[in-house]
Amino acid sequence: MLTFLALTSVALLGIVPEQSQAIAIYTGWERHALVGSDIRLSCSFFSWRWTSEDVTFSWTYRPDGSRDSISIFHYTGGAAYVDNKGPFRDRLEFVGNPGRRDGSILLKNLELNDNGTFTCDAKNPPDIVGRPSSVRLLVFEKVPIQAGVITGAIIGVVLGLLVLIVVIYYLMRFLVARRVFSLSVSKHGKKKKEGSQQRQGPVPPADPSKVKAATSEKKKQESRKDKK
Amino acid sequence: MLLLLLGIIFLHLAALVLLFVSTIVSAWTTGESTTSDLWTNCTTSGCITASTGEWIQSVQAVMILSIIFSCLSLFLFFCQLFTLQKGGRFFLTGTFQILASLFVMSGAIIYTVMSPEWVPEGNSFGYSYILAWVAFPLALISGLIYVILRKRE
Repeated sequence: MLTFLALTSVALLGIVPEQSQAIAIYTGWERHALVGSDIRLSCSFFSWRWTSEDVTFSWTYRPDGSRDSISIFHYTGGAAYVDNKGPFRDRLEFVGNPGRRDGSILLKNLELNDNGTFTCDAKNPPDIVGRPSSVRLLVFEKVPIQAGVITGAIIGVVLGLLVLIVVIYYLMRFLVARRVFSLSVSKHGKKKKEGSQQRQGPVPPADPSKVKAATSEKKKQESRKDKK
Repeated sequence: MLLLLLGIIFLHLAALVLLFVSTIVSAWTTGESTTSDLWTNCTTSGCITASTGEWIQSVQAVMILSIIFSCLSLFLFFCQLFTLQKGGRFFLTGTFQILASLFVMSGAIIYTVMSPEWVPEGNSFGYSYILAWVAFPLALISGLIYVILRKRE
């Protein structure tokens, strides 16, 4: 995932001129989670410079409906400092790898009040100019179903059944007609070779209605000859 | 003979139009300031998409299926009109039309049963809901006529 992001960013930044080199920070856009579960908020960055030893990550949290953000995580000088006084005390854990440019955090035991926007800011000295990236967390009591999923499923299943029934019906008709045709050919093949050649010519057994007509004609012929 | 044909086609088209109107127009329940239907909830201030519960999605699916089946049966009627042998019955057309009426019936029933959940107190059922219930017997009668009818010259 991170390598893919890095490659796409290399491709994009290759077009950008050299002056606007900046650090580019990536988080998700929106995350959904159930109450009581854990969630990992990922944050990584792209920078033209090597990862320095003074790389820093910091996360801030802004609750839904509030205009203030508070800082909940900071990584600097090789040490991670997690929230010990704020809304996430004892629930936050650092699971990232700064050497690999990963500054992800793990939130445990989510509550409904944790709805809000989490912003990740990373700095890779001397590459410090960049825009922090935000991910929105939505906590649900139960997982909502997306609009249209069940609708599409029901319609698809019923129409699929319809198509299946039609296909099976035509297949049965074709097989039955073919079987009757082959039986009648084996019975009267030797006696009525000339008659059949006159009537049929090259016979690809592909059209069931024509095959039916041929078999019914044969039967009529046979009954006429029997009567004679 | 022609009169009979026109009458049958008119009945079928009437049922089809009722189905379309009932599914599309937003008036399954109406209150003083709100209307809501299968797809959106509208108030005087604006419209938001309806709640994404499982049952309302199934009502949507069933109404759409009934429209599809009714259109298919109309198409099949014209096909069978020209290809059926004399004295034959329009079984296929009738089956599809009866299936369409069953779908409308189940959709209306599901909506009625689940309406205490969706419809707040004081809102009454709107005309789209009534049209759905009217379309059901119309489609059923139309389907039965197709099954009974025999093709003449």
